[in-house]
Order: sequence, then structure tokens, then C-alpha cells
Amino acid sequence: MVEHTGIRVVHRGGSKINFREPVITSDSRFLLCGSGESVKVYSTSTEECVHDLQGHTDLVTGVVLNPSNHLQAYSCSADGTVRLWDFTDGILIKTFIIRYHIFSIHVSEKHVGVLFVVVPMANEKGSELFQLVAVHLPRSGDPEVEVGELSAVLCDVSPNPGAVSFGTGGEYIAAAKGLQLEVFFFKKQKSYRFSLKSGMNKGINNSFTCISCHPKEDCIATGHADGKIRLWRNFNQKKEYTYSTLHWHHNAVNTLRFTPEGTNLLSGGIESVLVQWRYTQENQKDFLPRLGAAITHIAVSPDGSLFCTSHADNKITIILSSVKVSAIIQGLVKDDCVRTDLMIDPRSKALVLNGKPGHLQFYSLHRDKQLYNLDIVQQEYIHEQGVDQFQVVKAAFDTHGDWLATVEERRQKSSELEINLKLWSYDEQTQSFVLNTTVTAPHEDQITAMCFSPSPETTLLVTTSLDGHFKAWLLADHSDTEESASWSCDFVGGYHLLKPGCCCFSADGSLLAFGFQEVVTVWSPTSWELLTTLSQPPGAVRDLCFGRLSCSKYLLGTSTKNQLCCWNLLTCSLEWNTPMDVSLLQADPFSENMAAFCSQSGSTDLFVFKPSEPRPLFSKKALCTGKVERAIFAPRDQMLESSEEYSQWLNRSQLYFLTQHMDLMTFSTKTEEDRLLASSKQLMVDDSVAITPFYLLLGRHKQQQQEKQELLTNPLAERTPLPQGSIAIKELLDTPAHVLPSASFLCSMFVRSLLVSSSSARVEKEPAEEEMKSESEEVDSDGEADLFQPKQELWGSAAQDPVEESGAPVLTKAQERELRRVKKLDLSWLSSLLDC
Amino acid sequence: MASFKPTKIQIYPQLGAKVTQDTLYWKNYKAPVQVKEFGAITNIDFSPLAPHNYAVTASTRIHIYGPFSQEPVKTFTRFKDTAYSGRFRSDGQLLVAGCEDSVVRLFDVSGKVALRMFKGHTKAVHVADFTSDCYHILTCSDDYTCCLWDIPNSTELTKYKEHSDYIRCGATSKLNKDLFVTGSYDHTLKMFDARVQKSVMTMDHNHPVESVLFYPSEGLLVSAGGRYVKVWDLLKRGQPLVSLKNHHKTVTCLCLSGNGQRLLSASLDRHVKVYNTTNYKVVHSFDYTASILSLALAPEDESVVVGMTNGILSIKHRKTSEEKQGPTGQPRRQPVFRVFVKGRNCVPKQDDFLVSKSAKSHLAKYDKQLKRFNVSKALDTALEKNRKPEITVAVIKELDRRGTLKNALAGRDEQNLSQLVNFLIGNVVDPRFAPVLVTATEMILDIYKAVVGQSSVVDRQLVRLQELVEREIDYQQDLLEVLGMLDTLFASTLPRKEEVCREHAPVSYEISYFRGYP
Repeated sequence: MVEHTGIRVVHRGGSKINFREPVITSDSRFLLCGSGESVKVYSTSTEECVHDLQGHTDLVTGVVLNPSNHLQAYSCSADGTVRLWDFTDGILIKTFIIRYHIFSIHVSEKHVGVLFVVVPMANEKGSELFQLVAVHLPRSGDPEVEVGELSAVLCDVSPNPGAVSFGTGGEYIAAAKGLQLEVFFFKKQKSYRFSLKSGMNKGINNSFTCISCHPKEDCIATGHADGKIRLWRNFNQKKEYTYSTLHWHHNAVNTLRFTPEGTNLLSGGIESVLVQWRYTQENQKDFLPRLGAAITHIAVSPDGSLFCTSHADNKITIILSSVKVSAIIQGLVKDDCVRTDLMIDPRSKALVLNGKPGHLQFYSLHRDKQLYNLDIVQQEYIHEQGVDQFQVVKAAFDTHGDWLATVEERRQKSSELEINLKLWSYDEQTQSFVLNTTVTAPHEDQITAMCFSPSPETTLLVTTSLDGHFKAWLLADHSDTEESASWSCDFVGGYHLLKPGCCCFSADGSLLAFGFQEVVTVWSPTSWELLTTLSQPPGAVRDLCFGRLSCSKYLLGTSTKNQLCCWNLLTCSLEWNTPMDVSLLQADPFSENMAAFCSQSGSTDLFVFKPSEPRPLFSKKALCTGKVERAIFAPRDQMLESSEEYSQWLNRSQLYFLTQHMDLMTFSTKTEEDRLLASSKQLMVDDSVAITPFYLLLGRHKQQQQEKQELLTNPLAERTPLPQGSIAIKELLDTPAHVLPSASFLCSMFVRSLLVSSSSARVEKEPAEEEMKSESEEVDSDGEADLFQPKQELWGSAAQDPVEESGAPVLTKAQERELRRVKKLDLSWLSSLLDC
Repeated sequence: MASFKPTKIQIYPQLGAKVTQDTLYWKNYKAPVQVKEFGAITNIDFSPLAPHNYAVTASTRIHIYGPFSQEPVKTFTRFKDTAYSGRFRSDGQLLVAGCEDSVVRLFDVSGKVALRMFKGHTKAVHVADFTSDCYHILTCSDDYTCCLWDIPNSTELTKYKEHSDYIRCGATSKLNKDLFVTGSYDHTLKMFDARVQKSVMTMDHNHPVESVLFYPSEGLLVSAGGRYVKVWDLLKRGQPLVSLKNHHKTVTCLCLSGNGQRLLSASLDRHVKVYNTTNYKVVHSFDYTASILSLALAPEDESVVVGMTNGILSIKHRKTSEEKQGPTGQPRRQPVFRVFVKGRNCVPKQDDFLVSKSAKSHLAKYDKQLKRFNVSKALDTALEKNRKPEITVAVIKELDRRGTLKNALAGRDEQNLSQLVNFLIGNVVDPRFAPVLVTATEMILDIYKAVVGQSSVVDRQLVRLQELVEREIDYQQDLLEVLGMLDTLFASTLPRKEEVCREHAPVSYEISYFRGYP
């Protein structure tokens, strides 16, 4: 098998934006946050991504504004570098190489040219101890600078960036870890340690979780795992420190932040309620409840007008200081596992998977943006640990996207399973799915697989369950009754009380295959007759897939005992089988191709093949580490025309897969990259404006219009430069306003200069006439009334001679002279005024 | 910030008949008017003429009622014995009736004395009808014969002696003056043509035939006898088309609706069934107080008239369009806040800046309490009197989902607890609520285990609850046994086709609730 080099595996969006605290710029227009290996710049008003600052080669672990230049930002990454960016233009300014795995970054206005970063004690990734070091940035013009000196400030700090904070303009730095709070004063070069008594024996976990220092006063607020907030004062000595306790949160305080003026303290936790405490009047609180998911970070803009909270569901909420939500930036929500399979919505071509608890998310792959969330469970989410929640475990679309079936499940401790099957119909008017039927307890046990029939005649849904049955659900139309159409069970079947694990319809919907442990049964969905059974022991069937198009006579199955089998449905016999541990088999809906992900010694290999051909079309060894459990072929909106044989399978659709670490990856070919590059050049627009779709639309439109106009009006010559450069105009502009002639006079002149002037021949003729005219004006003391005359003449002459229009609007010599003359004339006129 | 999502009240499927167009149509009649006659009403016939009077044959007289009168407009009493089969001629001028004394009498509708008397039968004449040319009369008698008579001469034209038992029904063709059908207790239907001297078609009904009816097209024939209604295709030499068995006693009368789309059958089992004539499914059914002998529909289905064995004539008139809306015709006035909401009808002008106000969502009281995490109060609110049990159960379920059901149930005084247990007694065995309420019951027993015996009220209720649960367990056990029996029956009756096993889902589903309950 040949390895192909033309196809690369690339990350495709969907990275976490809530990993580290976001930063709001000082003008509150942009929001910066680390997202995977890049830093994203969002507009706070439009929620659109303005820039994607790429350069880091590993996870970005912190973003801070440059305290000495508010248009620049530092970002640190696990690749051991700190980069300085100009985020308004999206330019990398400098790279500082530190060569340590950096966990977080802190800066202070008082320490110019010094960065504080948290690095592991020993330079290994697995190290458990971390230290805070000061990095003195060398002054050098090179774009890449090696940083030599690192001086340790605090030893044994928490890697959590929320547990370190600068106080009162950088006079001291406070860090918390475990049950200990350490405050380091830079002036005295001395640190104080305060520790809390462990409340473990009372069942209270009062360890520190986060810390925030008051910007004006000597006060440190600390959050604790038991939900308490302590305000520490008088800590510049060992003994007589004091603290007061605030308690509202019933679970750990995840994050704390003082507003820039220090008047308010913001806190958040798993309750997903933003609490605003009044400093010194702590019994007055404001709440912003139901933010959707646990708050992980809070950031405040330097002017205090905006807050933003990042949430556990990969979301950043931008909140006005009046505690009102103004915008939400939502990334791809990735739980620890995707319980519903990856799906493609046939209408919007969006990737669909379970998102927030009880929701299904629609995610645009092309725009790397969540389109919307569909609330499946429709219940109030209780933000509390240890509460069993309903989870969306299965979902399926029918071929046209008219129907959506979802299964939600809630397994209570020590009680029976609650399952609901819901069927949603697409509503053209609201452009979303509307609940049609809810079936409570459709099966007695977990539902293992669910699929819609692809045949256009019937709307049929099949579910298989661990209770040993499969059920067919039909859309019953009650045309004779008042009720609308609803779904009901049509058939219940089983096979020797074996548990069905998977089901698959053939491409035309005429056959239905179930995997009953080791046996594959093939049924006719019209008559519910068992047509045949296929079996290839040992090993239970894991995945079933009918071939498509020219390969529709094949049925492929994978088993748990390292088998990939292909049955011929015409002869009902095994066509071929290979010993492969296929973890996932996925069919391309637009071609005969199948993709098999095989896990082998801790990594995954990919084979793309046609069931009818012995050689795979494409294979890639060691695609990624760990098993690939979810993958999907997404249709391309524009077909690629790649002629290379190895990349032809990517022409119609694109293969996306989720790795074990929940990274969304895809394959990209050379032609695609070229095209992307070309399109990115097109998208270069004025950076000062947020790139909204609206702008793109109008901007392009305008551009096109301009081009068209140019073509129409001036087919011969290119646009000529405006006559700003002319000496006469400069002179004119330099003269003080009070000595100039009246504006109406100058205006007509100026407008004339902008007109597409007549031919040079005419220009040659003009001056004589005009000189005469002007002389006559000179005689006339109140020449204002007659001033329009020459202009009219000019118009007239232009009308007489429309053919010779192609001249340039540069001020011709004649015009310059005229202008100068006007000046002269004007001065004389002025002097005459002075005289009288 | 998302808004609070209210507790979802589950909607349970309503058992019973679905509301179809047919049920709406056939239910759209007023309450029946009942008239007491002297004896069993054997025949009802509507006049084809405009006011559509109808002749009701009962005992020794024939009453003619007007469409809306409850008193007879006219009465024919000149019968020596029980009269049968009073029928109008197609011009509505003449009426013919048979009699127990074997004499057939012809009346003028406006007169009183019989115009003609046809004597020739030897036994009771149960059927008398006009042929479509209006000049002849068909009679069928218990002497196994049927006759055709000439009205002007009152002479017998032809006598057919083909049946071997009483002839109790007959019908003449509306399209052909020579064709008629008779049905006899010898289980056969015979079709006669007056131009030939014998029957042209014989159909076997297998039961004594009580009623026959031509379809308006006369391509199909319906016969009723025994518990069966059968439809015959006359164009295919009397081939049986369908056999309907929807009554559990003898079907006595047949009738077609005004548009010919629905067939009605009346039976001694006190029911009238309405069939769809395209698929012969029962689409509606009427219920009466006594066995029905006769049934007639006014043209355009304006009224349904039914005669019963106890001599009661029941008349149902169709509701007119005004009456259909009934008392709810005028929309009920909602309480309006016209006084308080100023500028309700104000339309923004062109340059006005409109400040939109988000609509305030209304939450139920228990939802408001749930929103504030006041769980005990929410449960109290849900347990209030005259709340639907669905709502209470939904709140209990929601509390259980939040993991705070125990907190909500605990710490109640005697009165509160007895209210709670009362609710459980009422609903714990309801299969819709059992899964939720069984958990709640267990929790209550756990919580209040220590205080059992301190209050006589609660103790009494707990004993009742225990009895109830025990009874329910016995009941479910019986059901399981029945299910087992049914399974063996089904297994033995199903053709031996391996692998496929059909499930009888609805029954087993309910039983599983109580499996394993103490």
C-alpha cells in the first residue's frame, strides 16, 4: 500500500475558546481569546471573528494586552514561545522563545518589559510542580528573540491562571494553591504565606480555587471550593491579617474578578449565575442567572464597560456593565464524548451533534460557527453536581431533512431508565424543527441504533434496542380526523431474543439489515418478512453498511473480532473478508466509497475503498493516536476537480472525524488548499472595519459596481488621479480663508476642475477667450453676477464637443493660470474693497 | 440569558374513538323526540313529496307525521289486524299497506277509506310496494308467494311461488318497472322479472333475510339477515361482495344516507351502525334504548327516525347552522384591561422610535416557586385541590429530576401528610402515573417510618394504601396469567414460521410497572 503525500490531515475549527480567560481590548471593540493553536479576535458588537492570529505550534495558554501599548497583545503557548501581536492588523510583531512549557502569562503596568509566566519546575510535561518566573524581554529588533534570563518569583504555584493576581498596580503578586495563599511584595522582595485550616474532617473542602486583587486598595478576594469568597485585608504582615467571608455559591467558585475601579466584585461558578457583589456593601448583590453553563472565567474590559464570561460549553458571553447580555460567541460544544453520531443536516449542510446538555447543535463547517441550538429536552437545566440530566443520545435525519428523530435518556441511580423518543418536523416558516410526537418509553432498554428509511414513498423510522426488539415507526396520517399527522408504532420484531446492535437501510430503502450480535438479518421493510440471515462468527457485528450506486449488491459488516466482511446480497454469500480491527465504517453518500478506520497498536489507520475493488483507493497509516469513534462524510458545496487518482475520493465530499481528544480533523488536498489561498486573498479588506457578512456582501457589490462603471465611462484610460497634487491648488489651500474669494466662485471653479475635461485642442483655444472675459470682469466691480457666464460657456463648449471627452482632469496649464489669476484678481478686488 | 423553562406537563393519549368527519356529521343531531305508539313499529316510510311526511306502521294503524310535528297529521285505522309496510307511491299520492289478515289495502293520502282492496293471499302480507311505473303493486306474503297487482283493475297479474318459507322483505327497482327482489326466511334472495314467469337470479344469504335494499345505481344489492349484512353485485350474477358482521343480534332494517355514501343498519341489539360504502368500515354508531325494528332517514339526512319494539318512535332532527354554534356562538368576553392599558391601538408614526418590550411570559404558581427553588411550596401548590393529577405528577417528577423530592416531601405535619397520602391513594395505581408515584410513595414511607402510629388519620390512610397496593398486585398477577394463556394461544394459532416473534406490547407495558414492587 502506498502512502500518499498529497493529502494532509488538518484541524478544522471547533477548538475551545473557553480554555483561558478572554481579553477585552481597551476600546472595548475587540475580544481576544486563545482558540487551539491560534488567537482569535472577535468583534464585541457583531460577534464575528475579525482575525485569526496564527503562528503558535501548540495550544495557546494565555493572552494578555501589552501594558505599554494597548494595540498589542502577548500570547503564550505550550510550544514555549511568547508572541507579540498587533491584533488590529493581525500581524505578528515579535516572538520570544522561552523554551519552557508555558501554562499562563501575567503582566503588570508597573513592570514594563517584564512578563510573568508560569512554567513547570523541571522542564518536563508531566511535572506536577510549577513556578512563577519573571521574563525580562530583551530589547532587540529581531522578529525572533531568544530569552535568556528567567528569574523565579514564586515557587510552587497553581498552573491555573486564575490563581495568580497582581495587586494595587503591581506592588505585590498573590498566588494561591491548595490551602495556602502567598503574597509577594516586589518592593520588599518578601513574601508572606497564609494558610487555612483544612475543613476536610468536617466534610468541607475549603481549598483556594481562584484569586483576584483589588485594583486600588489592599484587599485580596479568594474563591474556595466550598463556595465561599474570602476578602483578605491587612496582609502585609504575618500575624494580624484579617479576612471576611461571603457566601452565596453552593458549589466551588470558579472565577473572581474585580472591576477596574474596584467598586464591584464579580464571581461565577457551576450555578451559571454571574454574581455582582458591591465592594464594602457585600450584602447587596446583583444576579444574572441562567447563563447556560458553568462559568469558567470572567474578564472585564479596562474601562469597565463590558464584562465577559466564558462558559464550560465553549461559549463567551459579553455582558454590559448594567448586567445585561449583549452578545454571545459560541464555539462548537464538545462534551467528553459525542453520544449522538456526527450527522449532516440535509438542508443546511451543517454538522449536527449533541451540544449543550439536552440540546442538539447545528454547526457550520464552512464558517466554523455554531448556527443554532435545538432544545430537545425542553426542561429547565439544573446547574448542580450530581443531578442526573436528560441527555440526547441518538438523533437521525431523514433524507430530505423534513424529519428529525431524537432519543433522550436519563439513567437514574437505582431506578429505571427514562427514555423519550421525539420526532420533529421541519417548519418552513420558522426555518427550524418543531416537535411533532413524543413517545415515552419507546423501548424497555437503551436504544442502540436508529435510522430513517431513505425510500421516498414512506416515512419510516426504525429503532433497535437492548431489550431484544426492533420497532418500526410510521407517520400515520389522520386525514379523516381533526388531528395532525403523528407517529405510531407499526411493527415490533426480534430474532431469537438476541440484542440488536445496529441497523442499516439499503440506498433505495428496499432492504433493511440488523446486526443481532453475531447474526446479520436482512428484512423487507414493506412486508416485514425476514429475507435472509448472514453470519460470520466469531464476534458480534459492530457496524453494517450497504454499498451504494454500482456496489449496491454488497453489504459490509465489521465485527468485534477483527473482521471486515463483505457479503454479496444476490448470492447471499460472503464475497471477501479481511482481518482488520475496524472501529468505524462509514459510507460516502455520494459515491461508492467507504472509509474504514482501523485501530492498530494505539493509533488509527484509514482505508478508503470500493467494495468491488480489491485495492484501496487511499490509505493512511497512523492517522492519529487513539481510536476514531466518530466520522462523517460532509458534502462539498463546490465540487473539486482533482485529477490525481489518490485524491479523487475527496472530490464530492469531505471526510471529517473526531479523534479521541475530541479534535475535529479533516483531509485537505492540494487543490483545495490552493483554492483556499486564493479566496483568502480576495477577502483582504479594510482591517479597520469588522468583517461582517453584510460588509462582505456590500463591499464586493460596490467594488463590482465601480469596476462596471469604470468600464462604461472610461473604456480607454484608467482612472486619472484627482488634482490634489497641483501647485495651484496647494497655493490656494495655503492662503488664509479670509483673503480668498467667495466660496461660490471657487466652488464653480473646483467643480469644473473635477469634470472630465475636453480635449487638449480645446484647452488650447480656451485661454484666449477666458482671459478676455476675465479682463472684462476685472473692470466690473461687482462681477459676481456675471461669474456664471464663463462657466456656462464652458458647459456649452463641452456640449458642442462631446467626442473629445477623453482628456485627463489634471489641471491643465490654462486652468492653473486661471486659478493664479483668480487669486490675483481677488486680491486686487480686496484691495479695492479696503480702499473704499 | 435564557428564560425559565416551565415544567412540562405530559399529555397522555386519550383513549376512545377519534373525532372524524363522520362522527361530527352524525353527532350533529338534536336530542331525540320520542313518540309512544300502540305497538311495535314495523315500518317507517318517508313521502317523496316536499314536506316529507312519513308513515309509521305500528299495530293496527298507520300514522302520518309531519316533519316537525309530534302529533300525527293523519291516521289510517281501517285495518282488521296488525298492519305492515305502509309505503308511499313515488308521487306521494297513494299509500299501500299489507295486513295480518292477508288483505292489501290502497289508500289515498288525503282520504280515509281504502281505495282498493287486493285479496288473494292466504296469509299475512308483510311487504307491499309500488313498482316504478306507479301502476302495479308488489306484495309478499307468509304463504310463500309474492304477487304483482294491477291498481286500476285491482286484479292479480302474476303470482310467483318460488320461495319455500315466509317472505318478509322485498324491494322494487326504481329504474326498471319490471324488476323486484324478495328475501325470504328460506335464506334466499330472489330477483324477479315481471316479463318472465320465474326468478332470474337467486342468492343465498345463509340466514333468514329480514331486509333488502337496492343501491341507487341498482348495480349492488344489500341484504340483512341474522347478524350479517351482505352486499351482492347484481351485474356479476349476484356474486357476494362483502359480508359485514358488526351486530351481535339480528339485523332488522337497512337504509342509505341521502347522498348514498353511507349505509345504515339497525338491529335488535339496539344499535344503528353507519358504514362507509367504499370500504364498508363502521364509521359511526347510534345507541337506542330498545331493539330496533325499523329505521328511515329523511331526504338529505334531515332527520333519523327509528322505531322500536316497545312502540317508541325516536326522531332526531339535524341541527341547523345557527344551533350548531350553540351557546358558544358569541365569543365569550374575556376580562379586558381597556381602562388601564392606554394607547393600546396606537400605531407608531413614521419617524417614531419604537422601543420594543419583550413579552412577559406567564408562569404557573408552582413554576414560579420552582424557579426560586422553593421545592416544598411548589409541591404544596401542586397538591392543591381541583388541580389535575397530571400537573401534580409532573411537578413530582420535576422535583425527582432535580433530586430534591425528598426535601419537598419531608417535614410535613399531619394535615399536609394526609393530603399527600390521599393523593397517592387516588392515583398510585393509575398506569399513567405509577412510575413516578411509586418512587414518591417509597420515599414517603422511608421518611415517615418513624412517626407511624402517632396519628390515627394518617395510619388509616396508610392501611388503605396498603390494601390498594395489594389488590393491584393481585390484579397484575391475574393479568400476567391471562397474558401467558394468550401467548400460548397465539403461538399455537400462528403458522409455524420461525424467527418472527410479534409482541403484544400494550399489555406487557403496563404490567412491568408493578413487577418487583413489595
